[in-house]
Amino acid sequence: MMSNGTKIQWTRKDLLGLKDLSAAEIGLILDTAKSFSEVSQRAVKKSPALRGKTVVNLFLEPSTRTRVSFELAEKRLSADAIGMASGGSSMTKGESLWDTIANIEALKVDLIVMRHSSSGAPHRVSNYTKCGIVNAGDGINEHPTQGLLDIFTLRELKGKIRGLKVVFVGDILHSRVARSNVWGLTKLGAEVVLCGPKTLIPWGIEELGVKVIHDVRKAIDGADAVTLLRIQMERQNETLFPSIREYASTFGLNTELFKLAKPDAILMHPGPVNRGVEIESALADSTQSYILKQVTNGIAVRMAVLYLLSGALKNE
Amino acid sequence: MNKLNGQSVKNLLIRNARIVDPVNKVDEVMDLHVQSRKIVKWGKALQAEDAETMDAKGLCLMPGLIDLHVHFREPGYEHKETIESGVQAAIAGGFVACVTMPNTKPACDNAQVVKYQMERANILNFNLLPSGALTQGREGKKVAEMAEMKVSGAVAVTDDGNWVVDSGVARRAYEYAATYGLPVMTHAEDPTISLNGVMNEGIVSTKLGLRGRPNASEDIAIARDIELTRLIKCHLHVQHVSTCGGVAMIRRAKDEGLPVTAEATPHHLALTDEEFVKYDTFYKMNPPLRTEKDRQAVIRGLEDGTIDAIATDHAPHAFEEKDMDIEVAPFGTIGLESAFGVVLTELYHGRKWKIEDVLRKMSIAPSEILKKTNFGRLKAGEHANFILADLDLEWVFEQKNVYSKSVNSCFFGKKLKGKVLHTFVKGFQYSL
Repeated sequence: MMSNGTKIQWTRKDLLGLKDLSAAEIGLILDTAKSFSEVSQRAVKKSPALRGKTVVNLFLEPSTRTRVSFELAEKRLSADAIGMASGGSSMTKGESLWDTIANIEALKVDLIVMRHSSSGAPHRVSNYTKCGIVNAGDGINEHPTQGLLDIFTLRELKGKIRGLKVVFVGDILHSRVARSNVWGLTKLGAEVVLCGPKTLIPWGIEELGVKVIHDVRKAIDGADAVTLLRIQMERQNETLFPSIREYASTFGLNTELFKLAKPDAILMHPGPVNRGVEIESALADSTQSYILKQVTNGIAVRMAVLYLLSGALKNE
Repeated sequence: MNKLNGQSVKNLLIRNARIVDPVNKVDEVMDLHVQSRKIVKWGKALQAEDAETMDAKGLCLMPGLIDLHVHFREPGYEHKETIESGVQAAIAGGFVACVTMPNTKPACDNAQVVKYQMERANILNFNLLPSGALTQGREGKKVAEMAEMKVSGAVAVTDDGNWVVDSGVARRAYEYAATYGLPVMTHAEDPTISLNGVMNEGIVSTKLGLRGRPNASEDIAIARDIELTRLIKCHLHVQHVSTCGGVAMIRRAKDEGLPVTAEATPHHLALTDEEFVKYDTFYKMNPPLRTEKDRQAVIRGLEDGTIDAIATDHAPHAFEEKDMDIEVAPFGTIGLESAFGVVLTELYHGRKWKIEDVLRKMSIAPSEILKKTNFGRLKAGEHANFILADLDLEWVFEQKNVYSKSVNSCFFGKKLKGKVLHTFVKGFQYSL
């Protein structure tokens, strides 16, 4: 399956975040994903790469798109996949996370895809278990496969990452997607701009090598790509912004504003989209919008991650 | 569980100890005689008929340590700690007296709970000094029954973890406390700013994707409490100062002559928020570990007298509670058993403090803040409350050696230099 000339060997049993990865490791995942993206184009969408491997999808926070994307990736790799959600598991009966993980390990599972509401939970779990851990989103920290699929999509469309101006608009503070993108894109040499009111920007994030611009017009000026982040309606009562209405009128993106970006700029969104809030409907459906392309690419990227991690497990 | 057993001292002559007692201006190698649990005298080449002798060559004999800030959890949270297990931890760390916090269940907001805690400690022959709540139920609404608590033995008032947010209530509570000469111990933190933060807010929390508690949450609270002190002239004691801004404000208040005292913890003077990189909940405490700049400010504050005392904020939590994910795990670290070693390592050895300086922060100043002059010095005719320590002994603090009921320490595995080897409390000898 592997068909690239990358020199480095994948050695990690876990994918916890892009913070820990080198540029070469990110490159290896992207190259591997490229070769897997072809599988989903076939009439018979199946590769035997993970035949005989067992994967548990442990989603302790509600998720639809990420969970489905992982499940499809696992099935297309011929892995045996089982889902566990918090509602149906014994964790609601008071079992600790570590006991849950120990039980999964005792079932001779190879990989655990894990989403948790607490930042760092997969990092701690990874020290407890021989199973490979894929972080499918931890608190407000990271969502590495989303970050990777965003970067993959960008690279596919632009042919490179270095030197691109990539802008993120919205709730950066609570966005694990933004954090993973920041770590990954800065390592690959992109110029990253974050835009939102001060209340939605994490303390001192400029120290990570990104620019913060509060004026959305200035932020997207000359951009190669703009990623919009969902405004989380449930955070309204934290008084981080006065109203959805003012947010939409100040930071919402429309076709007119988007003309400030480069003519061939691409628009991305990790979903779910709040039409009429952070993005005008017409723009979401325009030819410059690659939101659905991201969804498709997500499967290839997740296949690549699962494949590489299971290879590292084998080497143990 | 580990257990220390005390021996009632009948007639004991401790020979060749370096006796250090700054209050009595003593620092030389001498003997000390204890009879019927009480100190008889100290001096050169003492003779004591029929006395057992103990050679303490190379050891330092000093007034016992006093901790202004511990959580012994009884009544209500006996699965974390009991007064008995807390006392064990205290003695193992060289502490002869401890001020307990009132966040028990029920809260220690009335004379009955104060009496209960004192009785438990009396059976154990320990100098327990309970603090009472500032407001009823620690709810920040109505002033607690301080007069009766004081009569029953409460030495101070505080709502500890619950800073009184309503400044009007705080004013009345502090005034009422001043009526009875009770120090107001303040856990200065505006919870409306801390919200759901789990660590210090700064570049480290941004990198780790964790919610933060900014310095401002502590600084704003210290500023308000200092202004109330200016108004009322109550004795304000600022607990576990952790920010450079807080240190500066306390320094200014003292310069202005306000009756303000302060404490800092061993973990805030030894560690920073960088410890969080592994998302280890043993480093989750409140106030949180701050930046290196704050840590340096706390040390400077201790050195120039802005911060009077070192207190542990000994906060035991059951392992299964602490071993949850970082959002859910409770705040706190145990501290009694590592405090002396950490302070000696960081300040006596690390920054060339004199041993008198250590005693000033861990014994003399606490006794003065509480106006308990039987402590913080050696006193003939009084119960033996002192320690024998090896200032240069190197050791590693490990979970298996813990006497507390809980094992949540941020200092496990740390190499320390300086250890208490014998603690004498109320004339009982405990040897480690």
